[in-house]
Amino acid sequence: MSPVPEIAQQLRQFIIDNFLFGQDGDGLSDGDSLLDQGIVDSMGVMELVGFLEATYGITIEDQELIPDNLDSIDKLVKFLTRKLQRVS
Amino acid sequence: MCGIAGIMNLDGARVEPVLLDRMIGRVRHRGPDDCGVSIDKQVGLAYARLSIIDLVSGQQPMRNEDNTVSIVFNGEIFNYIELRAELLRRGHKFLTQCDTEVILHLYEEKGEECVRDLNGQWAFAIWDRKKQSLFLSRDRLGVRPLFYAVANHAFLFGSEIKSIFALPGVSREIDPVALDQIFTFWVTIPPRTAFEGILELPPGHSMTVHDGKVTVKRHWTLDYGASAETAANVPGSEEEYAGKLLELLVDATRIRLRADVPVGAYLSGGLDSSVVTALIRRFTDTPLRTFSVTFDDPEFDERAYQQEVVRFLGTDHQEVRCTYEGIGRVFPEVIWHTEKPILRTAPAPLYMLSGLVRKEGYKVVLTGEGSDEMLGGYDIFKEAKIRRFCAAHPESSIRPLLFRKLYPYLPQLQSQSDAYLAAFFHARPEDTRHEFFSHLPRWELTSRIKRLFSDAMRSRLGSYDGYAELRDRLPPGYPTWDGFSQAQYLEAMYLLPGYILSSQGDRVSMAHAVEGRFPFLDHRVVEFAAQIPPRLKMKVLNEKYLLKRCANGLVPPSVRERPKQPYRAPEGKSFFSGAPLDYVDALLSPERIAHDGIFNPGAVQKLVEKCRQGRASGIKDSMALVGVLSTELVVEQFVRNLKEDVPGAGDRAATAPIYHR
Repeated sequence: MSPVPEIAQQLRQFIIDNFLFGQDGDGLSDGDSLLDQGIVDSMGVMELVGFLEATYGITIEDQELIPDNLDSIDKLVKFLTRKLQRVS
Repeated sequence: MCGIAGIMNLDGARVEPVLLDRMIGRVRHRGPDDCGVSIDKQVGLAYARLSIIDLVSGQQPMRNEDNTVSIVFNGEIFNYIELRAELLRRGHKFLTQCDTEVILHLYEEKGEECVRDLNGQWAFAIWDRKKQSLFLSRDRLGVRPLFYAVANHAFLFGSEIKSIFALPGVSREIDPVALDQIFTFWVTIPPRTAFEGILELPPGHSMTVHDGKVTVKRHWTLDYGASAETAANVPGSEEEYAGKLLELLVDATRIRLRADVPVGAYLSGGLDSSVVTALIRRFTDTPLRTFSVTFDDPEFDERAYQQEVVRFLGTDHQEVRCTYEGIGRVFPEVIWHTEKPILRTAPAPLYMLSGLVRKEGYKVVLTGEGSDEMLGGYDIFKEAKIRRFCAAHPESSIRPLLFRKLYPYLPQLQSQSDAYLAAFFHARPEDTRHEFFSHLPRWELTSRIKRLFSDAMRSRLGSYDGYAELRDRLPPGYPTWDGFSQAQYLEAMYLLPGYILSSQGDRVSMAHAVEGRFPFLDHRVVEFAAQIPPRLKMKVLNEKYLLKRCANGLVPPSVRERPKQPYRAPEGKSFFSGAPLDYVDALLSPERIAHDGIFNPGAVQKLVEKCRQGRASGIKDSMALVGVLSTELVVEQFVRNLKEDVPGAGDRAATAPIYHR
């Protein structure tokens, strides 16, 4: 399993490349809500989930598709760490 | 229906005919049947004609008996028969059966106030020789376009911007603020256009140019102040409202069938165009011709509903089938006509459709435009209603379930969890007091595209605030209106003229010399609709409730009861699914993007890659792609390489020009 800082960095890079097209990444802090910042829309959630499943080899259940799990880099890291522990 | 253009030299110099020829040559697609120019010293008027009423004697520019007033006019005055009879009673002498001559005499009678009597869609210019004054006017809702500029010591005007650009010495620069507005509101806030120094006369306004001074005045506005249920002089019961609405729609349709050429109709498969077609059916015994857009992609296709209406009303029907490749192929031509960046490809199929209509020999179609704005059909109204309802009790876990009722045709939204749906549409109680509450989600989402702007563009825009500019233009009564009416006002005053009637309306139909007529935009219908209580427009969450009531028996029950599906067309796939399109590769290349300086080349590259790989299907990415591509097409076609090889006025297919000197 990748260490936490590495996961955070991978997620940040994906979000900046895929949703911000490389722009304005400096302004994004790990606690920022992806919804409130207008970074993720309805399709964005799907893209994000697709990325998580493909990159980390996990399956995300419908009931896990909630902002509490996915709406900031911090929340994503916590969620992923939990999921990956369960997998390993 | 036609194209108009003109010049008023502010230094008094005589107008050179060759300049008028050039201007009108650029819009011969609007009026291929005839062409005319008239010059009175420092004023020149030019006209390209599409003959619809009084085919024999309706030539323009037209003058009155004593040659003191002359006019060029694009549009239709639907109540011209009644106005003509009244003017005859007052002793005016008519030489034609034409609606143009009615405006001329009405102007003699009432001056600039004449526009108040007109029921129609117009853009015209009147040269009043005695007053030495040029008077221009545009219809209430902005059906017909009218642009102007002051350059080369002259006042210049035309139905399309390309006429003004046809003159030497007129600068052609993209206005950064216009881009900021388009990438927020989808439209520019009139009088601004996409180009610096080129203005449009806003809908519902007139202007005069006299003694070197330009004065713009409003002649009509949309007022929701009377929509309170206590308003006097409007009927009270639901039945009375429905009766009055139907009566007005029947008459609005009746007078829109006035033409000396056959009239057809567009059928989308939705309620509005079906109602219009059904109403036309009442007035005609001949086979009614209808025309539709169909899509290969089932996500957008409404053919099944169209066919039901065709069977139900027994129309003679034809369709244009749109493929991804077809949309991608015609897109540059579409932007040549829209003359501004757009965020959707939806105008492209309508451009193809008007091509079919023209090929079939039709010049006039009636359509359902305006119903969603005036009678409460758009999803944005429903979304705002639910958001407002949820914001009233933010702790409720039941209320957000209503968000499932929104956008049933968007699979990616329907597959979201309840928690995410609630998060997407979330509104706090204090948000509901915002004057743009209904539109904030759309505008905020659209604004994200501005992340693609280059640093240079951002610094040129500085702290420009589109909301503040829009706020300054709100009518004084706006804060007192209910939220539903406020949302209607924003749609009707901005998206309707700037996009629906323009990029998706006049510009793509007149590209093939096809005139659209819109019964729902008859000002009597519009003014009555503004008085209908919102609860009858959207009953709970049932949109266009009152119209559906009127439509009972007129249209197939399935069409009346179907959930609303907005008209959309494929976006990313239109540019990247088939054979590569040369212009797309060229215009979106990092070199070209960097050279034009509007967008950040690296960011555009990432967006393009995402779209090319089919990873982008969200609304935001699609809008961004279409927005960037259409902006670059505007730059390419109007700023960098303005076409010189368009047919000039001298290239006259039908008849020789009429020169009045």
